[in-house]
Amino acid sequence: MKFVDEFRDPDKARALIREIETLLPEIPRSDERPLQIMEFCGGHTHTIFRYGLEQMLPGAIELVHGPGCPVCVLPMGRVDDCVALAERPEVIFTTFGDAMRVPGSKKSLLQAKAEGADVRMVYSPLDALALARANPDREVIFFALGFETTMPSTALTVLAAEREGIDNFSLFCNHITTVPTIKAILDSPDMRIDAFLAPGHVSMVVGEAPFRFVAENYGKPIVITGFEPLDILQSLWMVIRQLAEGRCEIENQYRRIVPPEGNSAGLEAVAKVFELREFFEWRGLGSIDHSGVRMREEYAHFDAERKFPVPSLKIADPRSCQCGEVLKGVIRPRECKVYGRQCTPQTPMGALMVSSEGACAAYYQYGRLAVETQ
Amino acid sequence: MNGTITLAHGAGGRAMRELIDTLFVGGYGNDLLAALEDQARLELDALVARGDRLAFTTDSYVVDPLFFPGGDIGKLAITGTVNDLAVGGARPLYISCGMILEEGLPLDTLRRLVASMKATADEAGVQIVTGDTKVVHRGAADKLFINTAGIGVIPAGVDIRAARARPGDRILVNGWIGDHGAAIVDARGELALDNPMETDCQPLGGLVEAMLTACPDIHCLRDATRGGLAGVLNEFATASSCALHVEETAVPIHDTVRGVCEILGLDPLYLANEGKLAAIVAPEDAEPVLEVMHAHPAGHDAAIIGEVTESPAGSVILHTGFGGERIVDLLVGEQLPRIC
Repeated sequence: MKFVDEFRDPDKARALIREIETLLPEIPRSDERPLQIMEFCGGHTHTIFRYGLEQMLPGAIELVHGPGCPVCVLPMGRVDDCVALAERPEVIFTTFGDAMRVPGSKKSLLQAKAEGADVRMVYSPLDALALARANPDREVIFFALGFETTMPSTALTVLAAEREGIDNFSLFCNHITTVPTIKAILDSPDMRIDAFLAPGHVSMVVGEAPFRFVAENYGKPIVITGFEPLDILQSLWMVIRQLAEGRCEIENQYRRIVPPEGNSAGLEAVAKVFELREFFEWRGLGSIDHSGVRMREEYAHFDAERKFPVPSLKIADPRSCQCGEVLKGVIRPRECKVYGRQCTPQTPMGALMVSSEGACAAYYQYGRLAVETQ
Repeated sequence: MNGTITLAHGAGGRAMRELIDTLFVGGYGNDLLAALEDQARLELDALVARGDRLAFTTDSYVVDPLFFPGGDIGKLAITGTVNDLAVGGARPLYISCGMILEEGLPLDTLRRLVASMKATADEAGVQIVTGDTKVVHRGAADKLFINTAGIGVIPAGVDIRAARARPGDRILVNGWIGDHGAAIVDARGELALDNPMETDCQPLGGLVEAMLTACPDIHCLRDATRGGLAGVLNEFATASSCALHVEETAVPIHDTVRGVCEILGLDPLYLANEGKLAAIVAPEDAEPVLEVMHAHPAGHDAAIIGEVTESPAGSVILHTGFGGERIVDLLVGEQLPRIC
């Protein structure tokens, strides 16, 4: 298939892996532990597992699967709020598909739907707005979720609703931001990560500049990375080359999509509609300052949280859950006490087992091979 | 007969009688049904002549929309049950058909579906010999649900079971994977794609008969419906306590289907099929079976996609075109499109 198969060429993959193997011994190392490289984004994690990239890499490289799955890191209390909104009789609650399975403290949106709530899967916030237009006697709430990647489309939808004077449409806003989260990981004392792959589609919106601090202030090489398997291999080769050459900078592997300055029209819409929250709660990582956005006062009439009462209860992560340590690369998924026992894709306890992009779920689904064949 | 289905059509009186006589008996057209007894009466001698075991199966059909590119719920209700018989090695013979109709269903819709069922039954060489009709209040069913049951005869000596895969065996499929699932996503109209896909909905009885002629000792055979190819292969792997290794590049998947999956973040191995089977045969039988499959219209694009090994027992392992490997597990719940 055109524009897809080119990025999945096994010969090029083998060539890149050979180059990586040649570069590895040139990296100055003080200890024997493997080189830890974090891919922040859940999309990358998905690609790594889907194509079996981990087993293709030399053993000296350990990939740490970061918190960049917006579905996974949503705290249970917020899912409870979704369910409460969805169960209001006047509401049509619209959501992206993979958010439907995330468990709240009592139920998921899928269960709420089975019990009679009007929950509908959409592919775009504009689909939700079309539903609002077609159902003027109902309130259509869109479950706005995701990092900077999905923020512009949500913001533009709100602006369109305002332009058309549609007043039965609102957002339950759970958009989160990438940079404060990477910073929180970098600041944590047990962090051992040597280099980062930066999220490609977030960068397409925000540009290169917001990630520069990783290289400049923390001394970790970082490469903006695309989502095909060759993109990831090339980016790994790029960070390893930086480490081998003693360089530390931000590089852009995903130049076919990511302009250095980002998408100014998208950023403008985001700035118009959203403002930073003081803090946002993450499943697995706890509260992180400025890591989420809410709607500005001018758009309060599109904010489901202000239009309707929501319980807003904080539900603590289960104590046995070690998602935070997995996220920071301190332990591997299978080293977690509950992985594969109490915590499975059928009965997820922790953030990382919830969506197929979560590190533990991906590991459970695709990655057990190495262990099982031993 | 114009108009719509009303509760009277299920009330046991004149309206129901008329519906049965004109639409069903007329539509399905065979003597066993036309006798209009409360049961179809099947000659034992004719059955015994064909084999030594009866195969008996049932399935219900609730697909929405009722009509989709390349098929409809009526065609599906025949092929689905025929195929469940055929993959046991049985020659499908008789079908029952129960219909649950929602009040307000246009009679013309019903007539089109009956015609489609009849045409599919003729193609598959089966007769619809008994049936039932219920009408429910508006909202109590979604337009129309169909249940079909089927009876077939398994020839002596045929022993097809999910537990019979052995190390060294080869895995075959009869053609393009995932077309039906992708066509249904497309037909719901939510994506507005320019390139409409057709379902692969087709009866497999003839193909299986041809395969059995080339190789009476087929080890495993199932049609890959819900749960997709991945689901069936996992059933074989678990039941046989073997590992099934699949070469990603050998699995026939249309570019249009791959495209839909790329957009939505779905995996074609889990998409539903309605005319696709997976077979496992001894290594020496693989090429002869493939040859007769290629010669049959329902197996024109058949391929050998992998082989069976001893361990890791119970697993399906995909060797990706990129050079890696991964486990293809059973799906948890239904496949949901990914956020970004």
